[in-house]
Amino acid sequence: MLAVEMKGINKTFGLVKANQDVHFCLEQGEIHALLGENGAGKTTLMRILYGLYKADDGEIFINGEKVNIASPKEAIAAGIGMVTQHFTLVPTLTVAENIVLGYTDGMLISQKEIEKSVEAASQKYGIDVNPAAMVKDLSVGERQRVEILKALYRNARVLIMDEPTAVLVPQEVDVLFESLLRLVKEGLSVIFISHKLVEVMAVCDRITVLRDGRVTSTVNKADTSQTELAKMMVGRETFGVKSQSTKCSGNAIYELSGITLEGKHGKKILDNVSFCISSGEILGVAGVSGNGQGELTHVITGLICPTSGSIKIEGKEISHLSPGQISDAGVGRTPEDRHEGTIGELTVAENLAIENLKEFQKNGFLDQKRIVESAKEKIKEFQIKASPNDQLRKLSGGNMQKVVLARALARKPKVLIASQPTRGLDVGATEYVRKRLLEEKENGTAILLLSEDLDEVLALSDRIAVIYEGSIRGIVPSAEATPEKIGLLMAGAG
Amino acid sequence: MSKLRIERAAAPLWAKPLIPIVAVLVTFLVTSVLIIIAKANPVSAYYHLLIEPLSTRFSVLEVLVKSTPLILTGIAVTVAFASGYFNIGAEGQLYAGAIAAAWIGSTFVNLPAIVVIPLMMLLGFLAGVIWALIPALLKIKLKVDEVVTTLLMNSIMVYVVSWLLNGVWRNPETGAQQSPEFFEAARYIKLAAKSRLHLGFIVALVVVVIIYILIKKTPLGLKMRASGASKAGAQFAGINVNRTMLVAALISGGIAGLAGVGEIAGIHYHLINELSAGYGYTGIIAATLGGLNPIGVLIAALFIGLIGTGSLNVSMALRVPVYLGDVVQSTLLLVTLAMLLLQNYRIKRI
Amino acid sequence: MDDFLVSLIGATLRVATPLIFATLGELFCERAGILNLGIEGIMFLGAFAGFTTASLTGSLWLGLIGAIISGMLSGLLLSFFAVRLGVNQHVSGLGLTLLATALSLFLFRVIFKENQNLPSVVPFQQLNLFPNNPILHEIFSQYLLTYIAIAIIPVVWFIIFRTNYGLKIRSVGDNPEATDAAGINVYRLRTSALVIGGGLMAIGGAFLSIAQLGKFTFGIIEGRGWVCIALIIFGNWHPVKVLWGALLFGGVQALQSRLQITGIKLPYELFLALPYIVTIIALTLAGRNASYPAALLKPYKRE
Repeated sequence: MLAVEMKGINKTFGLVKANQDVHFCLEQGEIHALLGENGAGKTTLMRILYGLYKADDGEIFINGEKVNIASPKEAIAAGIGMVTQHFTLVPTLTVAENIVLGYTDGMLISQKEIEKSVEAASQKYGIDVNPAAMVKDLSVGERQRVEILKALYRNARVLIMDEPTAVLVPQEVDVLFESLLRLVKEGLSVIFISHKLVEVMAVCDRITVLRDGRVTSTVNKADTSQTELAKMMVGRETFGVKSQSTKCSGNAIYELSGITLEGKHGKKILDNVSFCISSGEILGVAGVSGNGQGELTHVITGLICPTSGSIKIEGKEISHLSPGQISDAGVGRTPEDRHEGTIGELTVAENLAIENLKEFQKNGFLDQKRIVESAKEKIKEFQIKASPNDQLRKLSGGNMQKVVLARALARKPKVLIASQPTRGLDVGATEYVRKRLLEEKENGTAILLLSEDLDEVLALSDRIAVIYEGSIRGIVPSAEATPEKIGLLMAGAG
Repeated sequence: MSKLRIERAAAPLWAKPLIPIVAVLVTFLVTSVLIIIAKANPVSAYYHLLIEPLSTRFSVLEVLVKSTPLILTGIAVTVAFASGYFNIGAEGQLYAGAIAAAWIGSTFVNLPAIVVIPLMMLLGFLAGVIWALIPALLKIKLKVDEVVTTLLMNSIMVYVVSWLLNGVWRNPETGAQQSPEFFEAARYIKLAAKSRLHLGFIVALVVVVIIYILIKKTPLGLKMRASGASKAGAQFAGINVNRTMLVAALISGGIAGLAGVGEIAGIHYHLINELSAGYGYTGIIAATLGGLNPIGVLIAALFIGLIGTGSLNVSMALRVPVYLGDVVQSTLLLVTLAMLLLQNYRIKRI
Repeated sequence: MDDFLVSLIGATLRVATPLIFATLGELFCERAGILNLGIEGIMFLGAFAGFTTASLTGSLWLGLIGAIISGMLSGLLLSFFAVRLGVNQHVSGLGLTLLATALSLFLFRVIFKENQNLPSVVPFQQLNLFPNNPILHEIFSQYLLTYIAIAIIPVVWFIIFRTNYGLKIRSVGDNPEATDAAGINVYRLRTSALVIGGGLMAIGGAFLSIAQLGKFTFGIIEGRGWVCIALIIFGNWHPVKVLWGALLFGGVQALQSRLQITGIKLPYELFLALPYIVTIIALTLAGRNASYPAALLKPYKRE
């Protein structure tokens, strides 16, 4: 009997078809991987299973019985547990307290008793935790174990793990896999969401590949290989790979050397990242989200200081400068999240001018006339559907992004950092932004493109750097970049 | 079956200007209950509260007198809140300014008014800045919550004033707790005969204009508004948010100090313990009602001054306790807060 | 000298009583993630409600109950603004203080008119536990409420650290998302904390009017509420440490009034200001390491 069967699942968010007619089955006692790129629909499918979303169509069966899961509470009652990347633990409580939170009936809580109970569960499932420890003192790997034990404590028979190794160091990954393999022998069934081919091949029995919301295929591990899976994930024609080019060409204008960022517990969030960009060139950074692009963007735009390494523009060191100073040095930046990188309550004109207020002053006062005129110019140039005095937050996503782009380009920067430039935009706006980026390239601007949309990276870049687990796995000239090669790099293989 | 759903979205445009009106109406409805408990007629009470103060010259001028310190504390709070810094310490900063004024106004007997008055205002402003400095630095350097620290500074200031008035500034002959009298030149000139209206009112209006220009028309003002609206967005745009908040906090303290100067140099002519009837806190009400817009704050402060004057009338005419004014003010604050939040919701039929 | 010390200890306990109640009340609120700046107003309202109820009904115990109800209702009101609507906690808390104060003053005048003599009630009597022992006699002649205050501290400790409810409170103050994910109703939980907290704060205020003074004066609270805010930070959000802080501050206050009598010339305002100064220093030293409940001041809205 199948532990879980999902039939004909459809889920649409606005215009995006996140899941289209998805069939997924999980057998008892297997570890089943859900593989796919960003936006393939893996997390959506599992959130439906866990009751966080409601499917538009489709049915779900648990152990052969049809169920209707309307909330996580019901999912837990049906024996499904989920461990995500964002731990839902309370740092100032102990492990035992976290595990029993909301799951214990009595009025009184005896530390000894809950610790005994948790210790017993720990022994039973072979998940090593210290019940008396405070969560805030635990390493990431230990916290994940607490989350797993929390699910098992609530008698989960099916465990969904969403990108579990994203936050772990290699040693912790080994411990995790060993635990999973053991639990599965004792009857647990596991759904393992991932984009990392090496790990999927190491620990899973079967693999379902999702692409653009549909199931590409479901295969047994024994019948496939990393290359095959990469092809299924990325899905385009393949042809041979020629060469990798990591050397900086002579007229490199923007250079990263050895950028490393260390996080808590010594985990390397960015590991020795190096690349350079020449004038009139677009370097695209491809990678599945969660591999360090966000942090790389923060370091490059001056919001975080790197632990070591240097960033140079035309030979001038800028790695420890503030965002304002970086902008002065000739680097234009678009924010990863346009809602956080702009000031919604100010007007379009004010947002456009605010990075460069020195330009818009007269006798110490704001030159309102110039600000508005300059805004009008930009509005015309970038075809923004808004007036200068509209509040920015009233604009559509596409128009907001155009404002952000206009602002980044306003000072004619030598280098442009374009971070997720078309995220959440409709077709028209996306086309415009891409066209604009290419125009800037023609004008001699060096552009660093960070995007989770592989199509975009492939279409626009001259060279493509693939980031995986915080380090650059390879830089490939676009002429030689096959989807297959890129896909393998993105998934940690090759 | 169509259901109503409340969702987060900007309220329709026509709703926005209604907010203060609805807030005032709801407040009056709620406080009517209390008026009835006090065995009086609500309509009659509101007449005495709101209309009667405007009926005589003297009364109108009294409203302006009462509003003077509120305009300043309201603006002070506005500058801070708009930049994202919650200065609850206007009360203490007011007294700081008052102390500085009390010292100057009773010490430098030989200086002419043209020197003494600006000097008083300057030092009063600086005193307010100094009293605002510690909480501001703690917030910026150590991320200590400024609400708690500014409140603590208020309490400490109460004792500083008490200490001065009990010791150095105690009147040796009468034993009264007040600082030495101001000499003539140091007193704010009166603006109108047979009334208490003093120079402080002009000072307040000037400050409103200055701050209005600062916030709307200078680069610093834009940076302040950006920092208050979105810390992340401001940082991304290259603004030094910490420095901006510090400047805002200090300007705020200084303006509150000016409020203290006004109360001493314009009305009492010496420092007393009960100089402020909670003007620092009422300033927060004015700032909130005024939507953190200097002109709005001016109107709100005048309104609160009106209520303050009117509540005396109500108490005399209808034997309703004079505290009705305080009840109306604080209810209005809470109702306005609720309405401001509700403007972020929209009711949709699905 | 012995007399001085003994009477000092006795006075300390008495002065600390309202601080203990109110601080424990604020503790519940802050542990759940809400900074309740309405404390000063709730204490004032509690003093008023306690006195008025006692005066009108002739029963001190009914007065106490009246005070508790007023505090609980205040907590409910703040909950509507700060929890349900998610309004800025600072401003809504201050608004509550202003409203509660104004309401108390208004209603007091309505009920008692403008009397030359302040109305009074016969207050709670002190209980002499050890009438024969000269030393213990002085220390243990306290109001029943004082004994209750001391006794309540281990009770609060027990509730917060040894019950399911306390676990949920600690959880919601630290990480409301995780608490919500565990299937617990965050809004209801925080509301309950505010209601309990309000009740306790009101008892603190009522102690002053129906036990210590027997009257309701307009300066009766005089900033004690803000002291409590300081005491919590001082005591690192822990019920037992809060006791030591309250005793320390109570002691300082008792000390300064005794020093005045003996003629020692230290400015007594310095003593009174000391708690606040020390708290600012404590905040500076604690800095980023303060054991703030992590979600304090952040309203929670489920996306």
